[in-house]
Amino acid sequence: MRQGRRTTLRSVLAAGIAASLPACTRHAGNGDTVLKFWAMGREGEVVTALVPEFERLHPGVKVAVQQLPWTAAHQKLLTAFAGDAMPDLFQLGNTWVAEMAALRAIEPLDARVAASPVLDPKDYFRGIWNTNVIDGRLYGVPWYVDTRVMFYNRELLARAGYPAMPATWDGWMQAMRAVKKLVGPDKYAILLPHEEFAPLLVLALQQPEELLRDGGRHGNFRSASFRRALAMYSAMYREGLAPMERVSNIYHEFSTEYVSFYISGPWNIGEFRRRVAPARQHTWATALMPGPQGPAASLAGGSSLAVASSSPHKEAAWQLVEFLLRVDTAAKFNALTGNLPPRRANWNDPRLAGDPPVQAFRLQLENVRPEPRVPEWESILAELRTMGERVAHGGIGVDAAAAELDARTDRILEKRRWMLDRKARP
Amino acid sequence: MRAGGTKINPHGAAWCFVAPALLAIGVFFFLPVLAALAMSLTDFDIYALADLGNLRFVGLRNYVELLQTPLFWQALGNTFYFVIVGVPLSIAASLGAALLLNARVTGLKALFRTAYFAPVVTSLVAVAVIWRYVLHTRYGMLNYALSWFGIGPIDWLGDPDWAMPAIILFAVWKNFGYNMIILLAGLQSIPRDLYEAADLDGAGTWAAFRWVTWPMLGPTLLMVSILSMSGYFQLFAEPYVMTQGGPVQSTVSVLYFMYEQGFKWWNLGVASAVAFVLFAIMFAITLLQLRVAKGIDA
Repeated sequence: MRQGRRTTLRSVLAAGIAASLPACTRHAGNGDTVLKFWAMGREGEVVTALVPEFERLHPGVKVAVQQLPWTAAHQKLLTAFAGDAMPDLFQLGNTWVAEMAALRAIEPLDARVAASPVLDPKDYFRGIWNTNVIDGRLYGVPWYVDTRVMFYNRELLARAGYPAMPATWDGWMQAMRAVKKLVGPDKYAILLPHEEFAPLLVLALQQPEELLRDGGRHGNFRSASFRRALAMYSAMYREGLAPMERVSNIYHEFSTEYVSFYISGPWNIGEFRRRVAPARQHTWATALMPGPQGPAASLAGGSSLAVASSSPHKEAAWQLVEFLLRVDTAAKFNALTGNLPPRRANWNDPRLAGDPPVQAFRLQLENVRPEPRVPEWESILAELRTMGERVAHGGIGVDAAAAELDARTDRILEKRRWMLDRKARP
Repeated sequence: MRAGGTKINPHGAAWCFVAPALLAIGVFFFLPVLAALAMSLTDFDIYALADLGNLRFVGLRNYVELLQTPLFWQALGNTFYFVIVGVPLSIAASLGAALLLNARVTGLKALFRTAYFAPVVTSLVAVAVIWRYVLHTRYGMLNYALSWFGIGPIDWLGDPDWAMPAIILFAVWKNFGYNMIILLAGLQSIPRDLYEAADLDGAGTWAAFRWVTWPMLGPTLLMVSILSMSGYFQLFAEPYVMTQGGPVQSTVSVLYFMYEQGFKWWNLGVASAVAFVLFAIMFAITLLQLRVAKGIDA
């Protein structure tokens, strides 16, 4: 923490000095190039361990890592863009690529990837690579992937009469009802936190119809597909399978059987290992998301690395991207974070192949579905989350919620429609 | 002035003296306000930030749409709820504390004064973290204390009906010390002999409060209420830290709504329109307060 602050201070000083000397480019006092690198959450902590090796290989380049909390990251990036204070390179949630590309805040990377001896696009999971492609151009390179699977209490499920996680929605609902019967009125089956949009989004992505129609011009939440997903979500609250209250420590609540199902991502494998009570470690497992009629898709999440188009050090920034995506660096990074690699070369690592909770993710990754790639998606997601919350509280019915969500989405997309129409006109 | 020197036009001199201040006010106040007014008539958003060619002049559309946005009305309702319940509670708490501290029987006055004032000067974010623990449904101290009286656990920050009362409770606790200090000063400036006279007339504690303290404290109370009201209208940090506007947007205030539009989604046109609507409301309410104050004076 202390070290981080000093490094940041140094880069600020460096920028200040450079600004006062018009003849200089932005270099530190000792002649080093300082690369500003923003990374989020756990990745931001871990990447500082990889940086010394890069600095050793590239004398004259220093990397100043700044950690952003995930909850503030999207806003920070937009603010940095508005204030012309973008870092040289940064981690980018892969659903934000369209937005940053629309702003022309990030560099197209096709030529650099084609010339790179390190990167092989064919080695990457296709669905994940494609989340970075906007209008045929590549704007980021996947750093790690995440999708959502089911974390569940297999011991309790077995006691309730289910030796394995059911594969269909009906089976899943029945299993949750059986668990709820077992744990009694003060405990629940599944945790669906109100601040997360992911559980509802996963259910919606498992359905055949698109979430936006006409090339992202209008919402499609009124479709039978989405209403089925929302009805399923609402039923979990209505039947008392999910608690309404906020849970501050899921690992503790899992250990006490307060909740036994949780839809979450790969970072929680490490957290469950570290923080679920030692005596309860044997109880948790992961499984593919149950689908309407059997195994179905989950969301194609993850983070990419992107280079800012305002950066004066694009070459050095790209070198750092290449370094972080090398198979051996990526292996170290994944071991430190518990994140899952986007390229198959890393999946041959025995450490992953021999790890049971990871296998559900591996299978799920073959079946992921990207979210709509429109710049407004982040604010549409916020509306989706709020509407899920209102439905959960019983304040609005499923059909009315779907209609209102469509109305709000259409309002958000108004500018996009105007822009697309203008572009279409000669 | 030297005899035979140039005659200085008094008006010119006055203008020279106020010019720097006027310039500063013009550049840092009127210019931004005019810019914001202009912006509220456009659809300035993140696309326009990238390329000014994407900017449209939309006239009053932002205002019209704002008045048709349910969340804006909800935010307005939430803000009024916060002001109408929070301000009297806050003033009652600070008056109560000030009376206690002013009473002759109270010992350790300096200690209590410091203790009550401490929340005002501590960082809001730090105390909010602690309050989130206090308000926790199953492990929180508040619900634990309520359970002594046979009251079942309340999901303070997760239940849309209770979230605003919880925020009010927190805000009142955080702020009452500030008004308490002002009221304490007001109490101490009431001449002792008035109380002695009341005592001779056979007035009890309540009568002394009703006929001496209350009227003598009138101007101080008016000032405190105007200050609190304008402060409480700008509710932002409490929901931002405690609930992020949730659950079900029950703690979204007007300022929080403006912040989300402006700085989360960069819809600066809409955010400017919100700012002007909020300005109009606060202006109207201040006028009303001045009217009331005049009525009291008369």
